[in-house]
Amino acid sequence: MSATVRLQVNGQPVEVPAGASVAAAVAHWTLHFRTSVSGETRAPLCGMGVCFECRVRIDGVAHQRACITPARDGMQVDSHD
Amino acid sequence: MTERYDVLVVGAGPAGLAAAGTAAAHGARVGLLDAQPRAGGQVWRHDVRKPAPRAAREAIAALHGVNLLAQHSVIASEDGALRVETPEGSALLTYGALVLATGARELLLPFPGWTLPGVSGAGGLQALTKQGWPVAGKRVVIAGSGPLLLAAAATLRAHGAKVVGIHEQASPDSVHAFARQLLHWPARAAQALSLRARLMGVPYRFGSIVRHAHGEDAVRVVEIEDAHGTACVDCDLLAVGYGLVPNVELAQLLGCALDHAPTHPHVQVDELLRTSVPAVFAAGEACGIGGLAAARIEGAIAGHMASGHADEARVLLPERDRARRFGALLARHFAPGSRVHALATPQTLICRCEDVTLGALDGYADARDAKLATRCGMGACQGRICGTALAELGRFPRGAGRPPLFPARLATLAGLATSPSDDASRSTT
Repeated sequence: MSATVRLQVNGQPVEVPAGASVAAAVAHWTLHFRTSVSGETRAPLCGMGVCFECRVRIDGVAHQRACITPARDGMQVDSHD
Repeated sequence: MTERYDVLVVGAGPAGLAAAGTAAAHGARVGLLDAQPRAGGQVWRHDVRKPAPRAAREAIAALHGVNLLAQHSVIASEDGALRVETPEGSALLTYGALVLATGARELLLPFPGWTLPGVSGAGGLQALTKQGWPVAGKRVVIAGSGPLLLAAAATLRAHGAKVVGIHEQASPDSVHAFARQLLHWPARAAQALSLRARLMGVPYRFGSIVRHAHGEDAVRVVEIEDAHGTACVDCDLLAVGYGLVPNVELAQLLGCALDHAPTHPHVQVDELLRTSVPAVFAAGEACGIGGLAAARIEGAIAGHMASGHADEARVLLPERDRARRFGALLARHFAPGSRVHALATPQTLICRCEDVTLGALDGYADARDAKLATRCGMGACQGRICGTALAELGRFPRGAGRPPLFPARLATLAGLATSPSDDASRSTT
């Protein structure tokens, strides 16, 4: 599969294969997905939508699970919440 | 919006695909829903780099007339209906019969450093990698228990990762006894040999566990202990998974009886996969970890049953029994040992949502008391990770769930006939 998707992660452009997750796109720039209640940096644990460690803001909507959200052209993803 | 189905199947993995295809072949109007964007479940998860296995392609191609409802999460149950949330909104799906094919998740156990970025489940990293997570050139340590470690390693290697080592916690004796049993399962033996061939040159150690992950902003070094002592290994990613546990939250919400033995609950079903609730069937891993073959055959049985064809379901029972025996074999030889249960220290975070340490739970008799006092299990994952880990560690069994099954938007909750807080107050008093 050669088709790709272009989106922005924290304002930076990323290109991933079609079918890739938002989590994969974020990981091209950073492993900082969310900040825990005590201030730790967290990244995906379960990879399948269960643990909620990969929550990011997508197109302005907070708390989206990056691992079960497909990356789409033009998405604005923010992992600095 | 309300949609009506004769048969509604929850979970589009191998069991759910088989159930939906079978029920639709009998002429039923079938809906097949899954929280993921594509059908296939975990074991047949789409890989951006390569085509799906033939069995997966065939199962998906056989869904003639089935309404595939991707990115649908079940939030709550109402009388004969499920309330689901989608990226666009919510819907009420009513059903004549319901098949629970909710599958399994990975057993993830706490150890010092397990919250560092770069530390994930083994099946977890495999899933992320299949969906484009960048691993090319990365040094990966894989650890935990069971054959899934080999499957994860093979996927990672195919995507260009350098697998530094695979560390199986089960003892050499246990793994060798399992390997001898594989002689009775030629297809499984062939699969194991093919995996080993794809992992040529990768060390595969038994009786070996990851004790500690170190790093500042991400994992950099892991401490590995085996019979010969402890060694430190540099890596970029660490993937640790201790096998699988059934997803029973929806079954529990529907009031289906669960079997709690030995450690993690599974849905109780009779020979023909009927749960304790009329018109609700369960198939595959939700009924206890049995593996891919058991999931596929049980999916077909449940599909026949849910569309009223018990005779055709009965024909499949011998095949089902044989497949189930393989699952029992895995459980016997790869169960996490006491060294694994002792990895977390009092300072180790156990609840990753609310950042509660294991030590903070001392003195509480059950999950509910601990939750009320410490917030353990109160976060977004609703105790799926920490509650399961605490049960495995022998602290206390997981507390009962309550709606919403997953965090939901207010607009979705507003559509419910009964407010979740009403349900919750009833279920806890």
